[in-house]
Parts: sequence; structure tokens; C-alpha cells
Amino acid sequence: MSPWILGFSVFFGYPLVMSAYLSFTHYDLLSSPRWIGLANYRYLFTTDQTIWPAVKNTLWFIAIAVPLQVLFALGIAIMLSRARRGIGLFRTIFYLPALAPPVAATLGFVYLLNPATGPVNTILGKVGIQGPLWFDSPQWSKPSLTLLALWGVGNTMIIFLAAVLDVPSHLYESAQLDGAGAISRLRWVTLPTISPVILFAVVIGVIEGLQYFTQAYVAANVAGGSASYSAEAANALGYPEDSTLFYPVLLYQQGFRYFNMGYASAMAMLLLAVSFAVTFVIVRNSRRFVHYQAPGR
Amino acid sequence: MSTEAAPAHAPASPFVRRRPPVAVRRRRFLVAVANNSLLIAAAAIFLLPFVFIALTALMSSHQALSPRLWPEPFAWHNFTDVFSKAPMWRYALNTLVYGGLATLGLLLSSIPVAYALARLRWRGSNAAFLITLVAMMLPPQVTIVPVYVLWAKLHLVGSLWPLIVPNFLGDAFSIFLLRQFFLTIPEEYLDAARVDGCGEFRILTTVVLRLAKPAIAAVALFSFLFCFNDFFGPLLYTGENAHNWTLSLGLSQFRSLYQVQWNLVMAATLIVMAPVILLFFLAQRAFVEGVTLTGVKG
Repeated sequence: MSPWILGFSVFFGYPLVMSAYLSFTHYDLLSSPRWIGLANYRYLFTTDQTIWPAVKNTLWFIAIAVPLQVLFALGIAIMLSRARRGIGLFRTIFYLPALAPPVAATLGFVYLLNPATGPVNTILGKVGIQGPLWFDSPQWSKPSLTLLALWGVGNTMIIFLAAVLDVPSHLYESAQLDGAGAISRLRWVTLPTISPVILFAVVIGVIEGLQYFTQAYVAANVAGGSASYSAEAANALGYPEDSTLFYPVLLYQQGFRYFNMGYASAMAMLLLAVSFAVTFVIVRNSRRFVHYQAPGR
Repeated sequence: MSTEAAPAHAPASPFVRRRPPVAVRRRRFLVAVANNSLLIAAAAIFLLPFVFIALTALMSSHQALSPRLWPEPFAWHNFTDVFSKAPMWRYALNTLVYGGLATLGLLLSSIPVAYALARLRWRGSNAAFLITLVAMMLPPQVTIVPVYVLWAKLHLVGSLWPLIVPNFLGDAFSIFLLRQFFLTIPEEYLDAARVDGCGEFRILTTVVLRLAKPAIAAVALFSFLFCFNDFFGPLLYTGENAHNWTLSLGLSQFRSLYQVQWNLVMAATLIVMAPVILLFFLAQRAFVEGVTLTGVKG
């Protein structure tokens, strides 16, 4: 137990307390922290012009990309569960993109969707559609990231597939005897039975949405054409026009590029509060939708 | 729903089945394709990005800038060019050091804790489990500033140690996963060992470890993959020291060094994807079991 207790104190308990303390200070790593009271929070809530784009982008991702991911994964899992042959092969195909390292997958998508010579716009052009600017357009950059997220939905899909295949067949049989068609079996048997797994996927999706960093960072740098670790990279974050400036990206920029560590800590505290609140709200409201099977089969 | 048609094959008969004639087999195959057409289309779309990345990786740099989709001629030398343009071996070595040591530390530290949480009743074990869950849910950004300050004070920013050392002190997600698996081991096995005079430590090393092999394999695999894919950690701690870059971080830099050479960028992308995909095919069972374990038994 003891290394664990040590680990939790050093890398969890202590930083948590320190984060709270630093959020009330001005700290740049060089000189020691200077107590400034609520100034960081006041700046955060009233003055900072970049906070709201960052919050809005993150909320956009959680409200649109995360539900899409869950629906998409569920759809594929249900289709897969009905395939009578080749289920293993299909499962592998749908899972493969989830394996691609995020940096590699992001680079791949920035290329695929690059407006000038990318294959997607080339193909769209051949059928007479003028493709959008994707990662170079403030309107399309988040949808592009959403496409990337949908491509990598394999983990959730596998969890759903296992859950769908696990639904006791006697439930389907009795539903069928009662005259339920395919759609109502899905609605009244499959979905309620796997609802705890759906809740799990939603909670995990939201938590990951709150931490969304790598893809946004890499896409902004690569599409914006700057080195990912350089002076101009700090300014390229959010490219184009702050549309990919997610909250964790801004936190990184403030804390580790501008070394406003007190301010970054205040941002971290807000993130902590929001994470707790969001998870709490989801779990709380889920009682109405989630059906837990009686234990002990 | 096109998948809701009649079953594609007859129910299995208790007799030895004769091979049906070609025409019937072909028809069955076509029926199966039709039934699963949606699935097949979706699968094709999922594979297309890989196809385009691979095709571009084989183009000349001139052709990669044209809207043509098929490489001609195939420029296989792109893959060797990547290694001469960027220190890929260096990156790979750093990735191996990070992933290997971190995974080792994580197993050494997380297995005993998970066992203690799953099997031993002690004061505060429930509270400890709760804290593990909370730690798992929290975004890492919440605690990152003080942790960074800690490493900066130790003058270890720029090295791989800030990425490796925390794993030797336990990882919440792995502890959680292993605990869930340990709970499924029947108590009778452990009692039998206790009757035979085993101490808790020997029970853990002999009985539990053997029974939990698939779960431990999955945790090790996930840990290594996490390190391989990790971008935030290496960016934060080794960003300023290119000597310690991992593959993920190095790859993210690649495009800026070779601005418009998409063919080389895509070749590098494939090179970074390849080990993971290879690992998947070698350890497919551990993967699928592990992913399922996170969701269903959770």
C-alpha cells in the first residue's frame, strides 16, 4: 500500500492542494509565488478575452461530438451484432482507427482534408461539390475534428458490441412472442438492457471531452503550418481564429508557454469544478434512463 | 434495415452436410453481402483514410502536391528518406524507454494495491477505492501545474524521468481495472491457498497472478500504448530537449521541418502507426478482452 499512498500524496493530493493555493498567487516559476487574492479569478471571469472562445469550443465538443460518437459507436455495434458472418473481420476494421496514435491520426486527417490537394476535396470536386476549407476554416475546423473523433470510435464500439451480444436471448424471444418488430425490440429490449454501458460511455466521453488536447493542438499547428514546439506555435494554437482553442489548450498556453502559472492554476480549479458538476449531473439524471438488471443470474 | 432479412444459411442439421452446389453458394454469398451492405460500406469508409495515407506515402513529393490519387511510379524510398531526414531511431528508442520502464513500474506498483483493494478488508479500503475513482475521473490538467513545478525544481524537466517515475507509484486506471478483475477470482482458491499455509504475498504471486494473466496482459498493453500515444506528457517535459523526443512528439514536428512534403509526412505517419497495428495483430485477444473489461465489468 505504501508506494500507492506516497504516489497519491506526491502526484495527486499535494498538487491538488498546491493548485488551489497557486490559483490565488502570481507565479512565473522564476520568483516565488506572490499572493494576489482573487485577482486571477476576477481576470478569468471578467477580463480574459480568450476564455470564452475556449469554454465555448469545449462545450461545443461535449454537446455535439460526444453524443455523435456514442450514437455512431452504438449504430456500428448494433449492425455488427446482426452480421452473421465475418463479425471478427468487421470488428477489426472498425477498431483499427482507434489504434492509430492520435498524433498520426490527426496528421492523416489534416492531409486527407487539406483543401488544395487533399483526397477528400479532390473526390468531392469530381462529383461537382466544392469542398469546404476543413481545418483551415473557423466554421469547419471543429466538424473536421469531430470526423476524426468518429473515425477513432473503436473502443466504445467494442464495449457496446460486447454489451449488445450479452443481452439475454430470452428477452428477445419473449418480445418477439409479444409481436415486437425489429425496431421495438431495439427500443424496448436492447437499449434498456445496455443502458448502464451507454451511461458509462457518455460519462467517459464527457470526461475525455473536457481534456481534449492532442488532436486540437496538433491540427492547429500542422494546418497553421508552424512547428509544434516553437515560439510561434504558442500563437498558432487555436488556428484558425481560435476555433480550435479548447480549454485545456488555453490552459497549456497560459501555464507552460506564457508561464502564468498562478492563472493556469485558477483555470485548473474551474476545470475541476466543472468536471465534478458535469459528471454529477449526468449520473444524477441517469437514474431516469438507466435500467440496472437485477443482480444474480 | 437491410440486415433484417431471412437467415443467410439453413439451421445446422445433425447429419453430415454436403457441400452445396456452386450456384447456391454464390447466391448465399451475394445474399450475405446484400444483407450486410450497410456494414460493408461503413467498413470501407473506415479503411479509406489508411488507403489514402498509404498511397500518398508512396508518391513523389511533386505528385503529392497534385490532386492525383494514385502514385506513379511508386516511391518506396520515401520510407528510408524519413529515417535519414529525422532521427526516427532516436525517437523510437526514447519511446521504448518511456513505455518499457513506465509499464514495468505500473505493474509493480498497481498489482499489489489492486489486490489489497479487492481482497483484503482493511480500515479505509472503501475510501481508498473511492479516491482511486476520483483520481481516474479528474482531468490531468487539474494537477499539472504543481507537478511541473516539482520536476522543474528537481531540474528534471527535459528528461524522460517525469514521465516514468509517477508510474512506479501506482496508476489509478490500472488499479481500478485490476481490482475489478481480481474480484472475479473465486474466494475458494484463495482460501485453499490460505489453508495450505500461504501468506498473502505468496497467494498474490502464485495464485492470483496466474489467474489474472489476461487482465495483467491487457493492463500492460494499455500502459505501453498510452506511453506510445502520449503527446501531452512528452510535449510538456521534453519539448525543449529534442534529444528526448518520443515518436509522437517527433512526428508532430515532422511537418514543420518538411513543410509541403506530404509524401514524407504520410510515410512517417505510417511508420508511427505500424508498430501499434502490428502489436494489435499479435495480441488481439488481450486487446479485445481488455477493452471489454473496461466497459462491461466496470
